[in-house]
Amino acid sequence: MIIDAKNLIYEYINEEENGIIDKVRALDDFSIEVKEGEFLIVLGHNGSGKSTFAKHLNGILRPTDGTLFVDGFDMKDESIVWQVRSNVGMVFQNPDNQIVATIVEEDVAFGPENLGVPSKEIRERVDRALRLVEMEEYKRHSPNQLSGGQKQRIAIAGIIAMEPKCIVFDESTAMLDPMGRRQVMETMNKLNKEHGITIIHITHHMEEAIMADRIIVIEQGKMILEGSPKDVFKNVEQLKNIGLDVPDATYLAYLLNKEGIKINTKVINTEEVIKELCQLK
Amino acid sequence: MIRDITIGQYYPVDSILHRLDPRTKIIAVFAYITSLFLIKAFYGYGVVILALGIVIKLSKVPIQFMLKGLKSIVFILIFTVSINVLFSTGEMVLVKFWVFTITVEGIVLAIKMALRLVLLILGSSLLTLTTSPIQLTDGIEILLNPFTKIGVPAHEIAMMMSIALRFIPILLEETDKIMKAQTARGADFESGSIIQRAKAMVPIMVPLFVSAFRRADELAMAMEARCYRGGAGRSRMNSLKYQTRDNIAFVVIILFIAFCIWI
Amino acid sequence: MSIEIRSLTHIYGLGQPFEKTALENINFHINKGEFVGIIGHTGSGKSTLIQMFNGLLQPTQGNIFVDGVDINLDIENKKEVRRKIGIVFQYPEYQLFEMTIYKDVAYGPTNLGLSEEEINERVTRSLTLMGMDESLWEKSPFELSGGQKRRVAIAGVIAMQPDILVLDEPTAGLDPKGREELFNQLKDMHKLLNMTIILVSHSMEDMARHADRLLVLAKGRLIYDNTPREVFKHIEELEKIGLAPPQIKYIVRELRQRGFDIREDILTVEEAACQIARYLKGGK
Repeated sequence: MIIDAKNLIYEYINEEENGIIDKVRALDDFSIEVKEGEFLIVLGHNGSGKSTFAKHLNGILRPTDGTLFVDGFDMKDESIVWQVRSNVGMVFQNPDNQIVATIVEEDVAFGPENLGVPSKEIRERVDRALRLVEMEEYKRHSPNQLSGGQKQRIAIAGIIAMEPKCIVFDESTAMLDPMGRRQVMETMNKLNKEHGITIIHITHHMEEAIMADRIIVIEQGKMILEGSPKDVFKNVEQLKNIGLDVPDATYLAYLLNKEGIKINTKVINTEEVIKELCQLK
Repeated sequence: MIRDITIGQYYPVDSILHRLDPRTKIIAVFAYITSLFLIKAFYGYGVVILALGIVIKLSKVPIQFMLKGLKSIVFILIFTVSINVLFSTGEMVLVKFWVFTITVEGIVLAIKMALRLVLLILGSSLLTLTTSPIQLTDGIEILLNPFTKIGVPAHEIAMMMSIALRFIPILLEETDKIMKAQTARGADFESGSIIQRAKAMVPIMVPLFVSAFRRADELAMAMEARCYRGGAGRSRMNSLKYQTRDNIAFVVIILFIAFCIWI
Repeated sequence: MSIEIRSLTHIYGLGQPFEKTALENINFHINKGEFVGIIGHTGSGKSTLIQMFNGLLQPTQGNIFVDGVDINLDIENKKEVRRKIGIVFQYPEYQLFEMTIYKDVAYGPTNLGLSEEEINERVTRSLTLMGMDESLWEKSPFELSGGQKRRVAIAGVIAMQPDILVLDEPTAGLDPKGREELFNQLKDMHKLLNMTIILVSHSMEDMARHADRLLVLAKGRLIYDNTPREVFKHIEELEKIGLAPPQIKYIVRELRQRGFDIREDILTVEEAACQIARYLKGGK
C-alpha cells in the first residue's frame, strides 16, 4: 500500500474583511487506499478539494485530523518528509514554475543532485529519464524554447531521475493544449505500464480518465464515486450535476437509453459504443 | 524593444571561448574591466579594441548580434556624453553659452567615457554570451566558496542568480503581454508628463509583481518537492575542472594586464 | 461594424537569420453580429492574427479594414479602433491590478475619459452581464476564485463597449461547468447586444457547440472558412494539423461506415442520439 488515508480532514481558515473567521473544510472525512503500481485518477471540478488531497501526499499540507500513511511513513512525523518526497514525486500545473535550470538536462539533474547522488550516476539517470519522456534531442536546449507539453515532460523527467515509486500529477495537464495533453498522458501511461510506477493524476478532463485503473470523484471534500472508469462514468446525471463531463460514447448510450433504446450504458470509448449499437441494428 | 537586450543571453555555438572554464572567463572579465580603467592613452584603447575584436572573432558570436545589445544603453551613453561635454572644465574653451562650457578636454573625456562604457558592455556581455547560465553560476559559486567562512552565502547567491536568469525572459514576455492587454483597455504609456507616465505604469507593475510572487511561491514548492534543502549535501552532475586551455588563457590575461599597466 | 483582412502576411524578425512566417496571405471578412471561431494548433498563428485586429501588431504585408478604413494608415484613428475592438487575452486574470473589482472594471472607461455617470453605468452593466453579484464589487479581485477573476477581467474589456469582442482561449484551465457558464454568458451577450464575437480556441467541442462559423489556421495559412458542420467533416485533415475533433465525430463516421443511415454533419451528442434513435426505431 503506497497511500493509506483514513478519515482525513483538512480545514483552513478564511478571514473575511469584516473580521468573520470562517473555517473551510477542503477535505471532509476522506479515506482512500492506493496500491503500488496503480493508475488512479482523481476527478473533481475546481475547488472540490482534489488538489488539497494531492498536496497532502508529499507533506506540502498536513491533515487537520485523520491519519495518512505514505509509503509506510506516518505523515504526522515531520522528520520523514524528505524521505517521502524522494519516493513520491510531484508534477505541478504550471510547467514554467517548476523548471529551475536554464538548460534542460541541468534541470533534470536538479532532483538527484539534491539527493546527493554521485555525479556519474546522475548522468546516467538524467539520460535515462530524458529518453523515457522522449526529449533526449532537447537536452542542451533552454526550456524557454519548448512547448507547454514538452516543458511538462521535462518536469516529469526531473521527477523520474529521482527514481520515485509514485508520481502525483497535480492538474499537470490543465494548462496544456490538446497535443500537449496527449503527450503527457502517453508518458504517464508508459511510466505506469512499463515501469510499474504508481500514478495519481488529478484532473477535471474526463477524456484523460478513461485509461485509469480506478477513478475517484471528489466533491466538496468528500469522495462521492469510486470504481473503474466504466462504473464511474455510467453515473451520467450525477457527474453532469456536479459540473463534470462524461465521454461522448457514454453520453450517447445514456441519451439513447432515455429515448427508450435498450443499450448497455457501461461504455466509455468509440469501439465499445459501436459494438453495442451494431448489435441493435 | 524588450527582446533586443542581449546582456545575460547565452549564444549557443561551439568555440574555444565557450569551452573555457567559467572561472577563467569570470577572472578574465575582471582583468579586462580593470584594464579599461588602467589605460590612460588613446592608443591604449586601440589595443583593447583589437584584443576584444580577436576574442569576439574566437567566440563565433556574430558582431551584429553583440552590437544590437548596445541599443539598450544608448540612452545612458547619450546622457554620459552630454554631461561630460557640457559640464567638464578645461583650458581650451571652444564654446561658452548660458551655464554650459564646452572644452576640448571635455570632449576628449566624453569620448573616453563613451568608449569605456561600450567596451565594458561588449566585454562583459561576451562572458554571458559564451557561458551558459548554469556554468556561470557554478563558476561564481566555486570562486565565492572560500568566502563562505566569513559568512558569504556562496551557494545561495549562485542559486538566486540562476533562478533570476531562468525567469527574466519569462517575466519580460509577461510584461509585454500585460502591456498589450492594458493597451487594449485604452492605456497610454507614450504620452503625458513624467508623473502621468509613471502612473500609467501601475497597471503593469501590480500584475507583474503579483505574478512574480505567485511564480516564486510555486517554484519554491516545486523545489522542495524535489528535495531541495539548500547547498549542504548536494552533489553535482558536472563538476568544473581546469584544462590546459585555461592555463594558456591565464598566461594571456596576465600578459594583457601587464601590458595595460606598462602603457 | 465589419472587419476585413486582405492578403495579410506577417513575418517575425524579417531579414534576420531566425525569420519566421507567422501568417501567410490570409483573407476573410467578418460581418456585424457574427459568432466566429478561430481554431488552430499552438503556433498556427492565431495569437498573431488577433493582435493585428486592433493594431497591436503591424502586418508585414496586407491590410486590415475596420468598417472600410485601413487601421494602419491612419495613426490618429488607432485609439478609436482599440475601443471598437476589445481583445481579451489568454489568462486575462493576470492583468487585474486595482484595489476593488469595481475600480478594475472602471479602468478602461476611465481611460476613455468618460463622465462619472457613464463609467458607473458601464461598470454596472458589464459586471452584471458577466454574472458577478453586486455584493462582490467592492472586494479585491485577488480574493476571487480563478473563474470569477477571469469573468472580472472579461468585464473590464466589455466595459470599453467594443463592437467586436475577441477572446483568446477564454476557457483555458476552467472546469466543464465554468466553461459552460462562460459560454452561456458570451452567447447571451452576443444576442442581447448584437455584438460580434471572435473566439480563439483549440477546444473543438466548444467550437462545435457555439460558433456559427469557423476559421481554421494551420502553419500560418487559412485552410478552412466554413460552418462547423462542414469543417468537422474533415476529420483526418484536422487530425493532421494537430487538432482533436470531438469523439462523437468518430462515432458517427464509424456508424455510417457500418451502414447506419445518419447524417455526416452531426455536431453534438444530442443530435447523434436523436438520429440514431430514429434510425434504430425506424429500422424495426
